[in-house]
Amino acid sequence: MARIRPRLAVWKFASCDGCQLSLLDCEDELLEIAGEIEIAHFLEATRATVEGPYDLSLVEGSVTTAHDAARIQEVRKQSRFLITIGACATAGGIQALRNFADVREYAAIVYARLDYIQTLATSTAIADHVKVDFELRGCPISTRQLVETISAFLAGRKPQTPPHSVCVECKIAGNLCVMVGHGTPCLGPVTHAGCGALCPSYNRGCYGCYGPMETPNAPSLSAWLGKLGMDEDALKRVYRTFNANADAFREESERHDR
Amino acid sequence: MIVKTIKVDQLARVEGEGALKVVARDGVVQSAELNIFEPPRFFEAFLRDRMYSEAPDITARICGICPVAYQMSAIHAMENALGVVVDGPLRDLRRLLYCGEWIESHTLHVYMLHAPDFLGYAGAIEMARDHADIVRRGLNLKKAGNAIIALLGGREIHPINVRVGGFYRAPRRRELQPLAEELKRARDGALATVRWTSGFDFPDVARDYEFVALRGEREYPFNQGRIVSSRGLDIAAAEYDEHFEESHVEHSTALHAHIKARGAYLTGPLARYALNAASLSPIAREAARDAGLGPVCANPFRSIIVRSVEVLYACDEALRIIDDYQEPERPAVEIEPRVGTGYAATEAPRGMLYHRYRLNADGKIADARIVPPTSQNQPSIEEDLKTFANAWLDLPDDALRHRCEQTIRNHDPCISCATHFLRLDVDRGG
Ligand code: SF4
Ligand code: SF4
Repeated sequence: MARIRPRLAVWKFASCDGCQLSLLDCEDELLEIAGEIEIAHFLEATRATVEGPYDLSLVEGSVTTAHDAARIQEVRKQSRFLITIGACATAGGIQALRNFADVREYAAIVYARLDYIQTLATSTAIADHVKVDFELRGCPISTRQLVETISAFLAGRKPQTPPHSVCVECKIAGNLCVMVGHGTPCLGPVTHAGCGALCPSYNRGCYGCYGPMETPNAPSLSAWLGKLGMDEDALKRVYRTFNANADAFREESERHDR
Repeated sequence: MIVKTIKVDQLARVEGEGALKVVARDGVVQSAELNIFEPPRFFEAFLRDRMYSEAPDITARICGICPVAYQMSAIHAMENALGVVVDGPLRDLRRLLYCGEWIESHTLHVYMLHAPDFLGYAGAIEMARDHADIVRRGLNLKKAGNAIIALLGGREIHPINVRVGGFYRAPRRRELQPLAEELKRARDGALATVRWTSGFDFPDVARDYEFVALRGEREYPFNQGRIVSSRGLDIAAAEYDEHFEESHVEHSTALHAHIKARGAYLTGPLARYALNAASLSPIAREAARDAGLGPVCANPFRSIIVRSVEVLYACDEALRIIDDYQEPERPAVEIEPRVGTGYAATEAPRGMLYHRYRLNADGKIADARIVPPTSQNQPSIEEDLKTFANAWLDLPDDALRHRCEQTIRNHDPCISCATHFLRLDVDRGG
């Protein structure tokens, strides 16, 4: 008799598709995962869809339209467990830069016919709309953490995604600190771990794509970055990228927005 | 009058969100629409006032499937504006990075998005139940492409190691060696892929496209070349805006790119192959010949074979670059900000991608324009549907719908990267 496998659904909101692609990028684990889980709704991968409810929903992307604000409610109703994947879904993503601007002005830059554009004035995280059971960070998420999260779900335990800063991973990797060693600005001290300190390993400062760590001290880091030569505008911009709308980064960017 | 409407509300196995609608009257297709309902993300707007150096990281986020294409186009356009030429080993490393993206993205399309159509499966995971070895071959091939990007770029999606002027860190020769071993296996897998796809059953159709692609002096194009077409166009990227335009089409929900005064054109594998087949490597040329492609392939369903040939070429080219690689003295050339406008076009896996930036004296972006491949191909995709669907109207709805979906997937449209696709509400009345 066939086992009853938990049903997985993957949903897309405003995003680049990169985080759901991470699932297809698990080349070594994909077929194994597909053996343990019934892929019931994953449009990027298959035409076949199974009606809900779903045991596990992975949600990529942010809410930027009224239609999507309603759709996420439906997704939540159909999902026993809901995990957001990536900076778009957990913090509004790069498209949340509109939250600091007049969205009509933005639209006018890109499009000729403003009346054709349907969009909300903001890009918001999924958790601003519905209850989220777990958030996987990163732009993009790491495949390693994704596999860990799915395995933890299958085993009924909590996923292990450490809350410390990139600096800790950087030390574990044995890197020379680019800030101390070369005076290169780095967001590592305030950024959530998960990438394995990728940027410092390539001689570049962290740009914060995993968003703020728990209890970051951004004002203190900004003071250091200022000493390394970053002016107010540069400080504003460095916090305003892929997690611009995450509280700690938003507040710090606003402090430098004259 | 018999009216038949075929709708697919949510297109599967494409990147992003789209729908299609074909309307027929008395057995003749009247209209075909590919609708994009991807919400707008305003990239061109929020690039304003950012530093030139931030563009590669930001534009990468337009698309998770082909971030390298966005990074490379932005970087080349910036270097064009700043009067910098990057040559030698750094140029080769960029070609190598692009090889990785072609292998990864094309293989994803061939095995996971497109082949299931020909073999009658809903997707690759369903296909794996009967053809596990084939799907595994595809996954291994894709992994080899990703391995290149991960090594050179730091990670597969949104690489972190590229910059205007070069790289943050250039790899050592010995770091590339394990990659060479993996790529040799991948090249065998790619050859097998060409053989496999050329055995599929293809509808016997063709169209007289105007093909548009880059053409390098002697290489199959990735980052550089003139923009040429099968009807005589031959221009520099800087002249793109003089010859191409985007417009609203009344029955459509998206901006469409056209060649001025001529209309729809096609970019992507079919176009690159038709305009550059002579500069493929011998092994790729031979495989194309054995697969029966001829000098020009005008049947879009056979694009899966051309894509496979390009994967084979990219494996071969990557091996050549690794073999010849000399470590550069510095990972990047110096950049001095200055006022200027820069243009670049590169060959994303799905087709040509055009970027234009105007820079201020302090290095900040004054204006940005990005034309992704899907926006350029969309009129041709709709014309494919209009032309081909007439012959399929007698099929049962499901089969017809599937054929129409396939017609779209032939071109691997990447809907998320459609930076200025828009949703149209015709009757909103202001
Ligand atoms: S978080 Fe980054 S990688 Fe993931 S969908 Fe958003 S833009 Fe793409
Ligand atoms: S390089 Fe960056 S992440 Fe690494 S220790 Fe220094 S500040 Fe922290």
